[in-house]
Order: sequence, then structure tokens, then C-alpha cells
Amino acid sequence: MTDKFEPTIIGFTCNWCSYRAADLAGTARMKYAPNVRLIRMMCSGRLDPTFVLRALSNGADGVMITGCHPGECHYVEQNYKALRRYLLLKRVLKGMGIEPERVKLVWASAAEGARFASETTLFVEEVRKLGPLNWGKDHGPQTMDDGLSHGDTSQSSIVDGQKEEVPA
Amino acid sequence: MTVNGNKPKFAMYWAASCGGCEIAVLNTHETILDVDANFEVVFWPIAMDAKYKDVEAMEDGSILLTLFNGGIRNDENEHLAKLMRRKSKILVAFGSCASEGCIPGLANFSPVSEIVQTAFNTITTDNPNQIYPRTSYDVPEGELHIPTLSPLLRPLDQVVDVDYYMPGCPPESHQIAAVIDLVIKVLKGEAQLPPKGAVIGAGNSTVCDECPRTRNVKLIKEFKRIQDIAPVDPTLCLLEQGIPCNGLATRSGCNARCPQAGAQCIGCYGPAEGVIDYGSRLITAFSSVIDANEPEEIERILDGIPDPAGQMYRFNLAGSLMKASKSAWENK
Repeated sequence: MTDKFEPTIIGFTCNWCSYRAADLAGTARMKYAPNVRLIRMMCSGRLDPTFVLRALSNGADGVMITGCHPGECHYVEQNYKALRRYLLLKRVLKGMGIEPERVKLVWASAAEGARFASETTLFVEEVRKLGPLNWGKDHGPQTMDDGLSHGDTSQSSIVDGQKEEVPA
Repeated sequence: MTVNGNKPKFAMYWAASCGGCEIAVLNTHETILDVDANFEVVFWPIAMDAKYKDVEAMEDGSILLTLFNGGIRNDENEHLAKLMRRKSKILVAFGSCASEGCIPGLANFSPVSEIVQTAFNTITTDNPNQIYPRTSYDVPEGELHIPTLSPLLRPLDQVVDVDYYMPGCPPESHQIAAVIDLVIKVLKGEAQLPPKGAVIGAGNSTVCDECPRTRNVKLIKEFKRIQDIAPVDPTLCLLEQGIPCNGLATRSGCNARCPQAGAQCIGCYGPAEGVIDYGSRLITAFSSVIDANEPEEIERILDGIPDPAGQMYRFNLAGSLMKASKSAWENK
């Protein structure tokens, strides 16, 4: 492995705090690792573990989940649900031999642009040390609607979820 | 069995499976006679003698209906999956193994080398000369072959195109009978086939929807194993009693047999309608009912699930988004 492994990180941010924190980091011209692709959700409580596994199985090396600080959720207590899911998901990942450190939960308020930037950089370095996950990168091109869309309700989801070919 | 060239042809094959699916078909009792009355059974290794070459000699698409149970574990399974796909008009992934991997799919937690090592060289195996099976062997009469294990167990649809899925470990006999009835009605022009890719012989909801137990508010302070609770309340939701019951994520269709009998659902009917990853849905469900907000307290409650990956993916590992553990995936 060369020393130039650049981890691919998918970041899920909540609309009200952590996305604003990322925004603040940007407008304040703070420097942080460019490896994170952010996806904004309304709340960290919207985070279905499916999203995390979809990211990891399609080539992401790590997933960062961010939300409002405990007690400060825009939807009262949904970030606690995110916390519980995160802790259980890490246990499941560990059971599958996947380093639980590849998934990280960060609380960041809208004012904490600096915290968002430093935590991101720190996480990228942690994942870099773990090395590539090598999942799904040999799947070939994936389409946006692969698996996650349910436009055609006449077909059952079990098909959507299992359509990917595993190369022999 | 009557041989009648005019009757549509029926086949059933088992790949990496236990044989329970075949038993479930035979458990349809007199409905099995309807199969014989309406179909010519051309290939069904557990029930009749037929050779692979007989099937290979058939015209492509000449078998109307093939129920394929079992996952794809070796090159023989794969050959038969491709063969039956070619010869069949309707190929049904029959049972949990063919649909999503099932118990044989749990082998995807380990690389093949480890599986072979466990089978042939552990303390329970008397193998002093370290003899391991070889996939080909020269004998005076020629070269002998046995099937080679694939790196991962794959559900049927990861190998060939599948028309319908029939979940269950095994599928409930009354559901099988209903599907056989439907196909016969289709043959008589009295009914239509469901859209391709549909899950047949099952419900569209969750096991909880069929479960007669009383449900109140679920707030769980502790997960417990069912044998550690005495007595288990016979009418109250098992999850509310702290027993990790998988009914919330599992497809209906079994009439909640296990919860009705006093045992927790373990998820053999696979992901409920709309669920992409069974384990993810279960993580979400369990996380929602844990009554704690402090990380230490949540961790203490989660300690009550001793094998989280096994709990979430007992029947679904091979059909899940990750498909395998990291060590198995890297050695594939």
C-alpha cells in the first residue's frame, strides 16, 4: 500500500446544527481534510443504519454522523435515537469484523465550525490509519437509484436490496 | 408418476440447504397430489431419479415452474442454478436460503479456509494424517471431481435472474399450498401471475401485525435471554419483556408462529416489505425502544445482546448490504 491512501468518507449532517457548523467552517475559511462528502438530512434521527451500510458497501472507507448536542435537538430528542443506533451499529460492525472506528458520531452546534473542522480532520487521519475498506469498489458503476429508490411499489424491496451482483 | 407430454413441467432442486423446504412441500398433504395431477414432475432429486444430463438435454424454457431452494455454495450449485434458469420459464427462489442465504449464509462470517479447517481439523475431528479433501483426484478410470466451495455463499439472485421469492425457513405449508393453487389457477386462465420480482406466499406487513400478544409502550431497561425470565408473560409482547424478538423487521406470513408458541421471532421470513437491509431495520427498531439516553447506560443495556451481528443477520447475512464479514469478503 502506498502512503497516499486518501480515505473516502461520507458525512451525514443534520440541517439545524452540524450542517450549519460545516457551513460556518467553510465561510470562515477554516482548513480541513477534503475527504468528506456531506449529505444533509433534517435530523441525525433520520439516519437509518441502512445509509451507513450502503455507503460502506459501495466503497466508502468511513462514515461520519453529526448532529446537535444532546438536549439541543431541533426535534427534541431524536439525536438520542441516533446515539443508540450508532452504539448498536458499532457492535454489529464489530461482529462482522469491520473496525467500528470507521463510523464516528460527532456533536457540533451551529457555532462550532472549528470543532467540525478539527473533528473531520481527526477522523480522516484515523480512517487513513485503518486503511481502505475495499468493499464494493469492484462493483462497477452504481446508479443513483440502486436499491434506495422505491418508485415502483409493485415490486418488492427484497429485490432492490439484493440485486447487486457479487463478482466471483 | 404419470408421464404426460401435454402437462406443464415442474422441477424442484436443492442447492446448499437442509432439506427442510422439501419436507415443507410434502407437508402440504393432499395438495401434493394436485401437483402431480396438473404437472409433469421432470426433476426433483429428493422425490425421483433423474440425472443432470436429462435436464441438460431438455429444451431451454421447457420447464414451466422450478422451485429452487438452497444457497449457492459451490460450483455444482452454480451450474445447476444457471441450468435451471435456462430451462425454466418461472424460477422461484424458494425458502430463506435461496432468497437471502439463511443459516448456511452465516458461513459468510468466516473465510472458506477457516470453514474447511473447522470441518477437518478441530478437536472434535479425528484427522491425525491431516487429510483434506481435494477437488480432483486421479484414479485408474480417469479423473474424479468433487464440487469446489465458493468463497462466499450467495442467494440465488446473486447468480441468476429470479422471477419470484418465497421466504421462510421453511416456507409455511399452507403458503406453499396457496402458491400451488395460484399457479394451477393461472394455468387454467383463472388468475394472473404477480409482477416479476414479487415476494409470493407471504404477507406484506410484519410478524408483529399477526402477533396476538398485547402491545403497550416499549421501554426497555434490560435485554434478557428468554430462558432467564421466569415466568414469561404468555400474553404480553415479548420485546416489552426485554426478549430481543425480531418480529418488528420480519415479513409476515407465518401467523407469528414462534411468538404464539412462546418463543421470540428469529426472522426466518426475511425483511418486511420496504426493508432494504434487515439488520439495519432491526438496529433501528431495537434502538428506538431502549429506555436510556446516557452512553454508559445504553451500552449496559446493549450488553444484553451477546451476539449483535448474529442477532441482526441470522437469516440474512448473505443477502444483506455487506453480504459477509470483512475477513470473508477480503478472501473472496
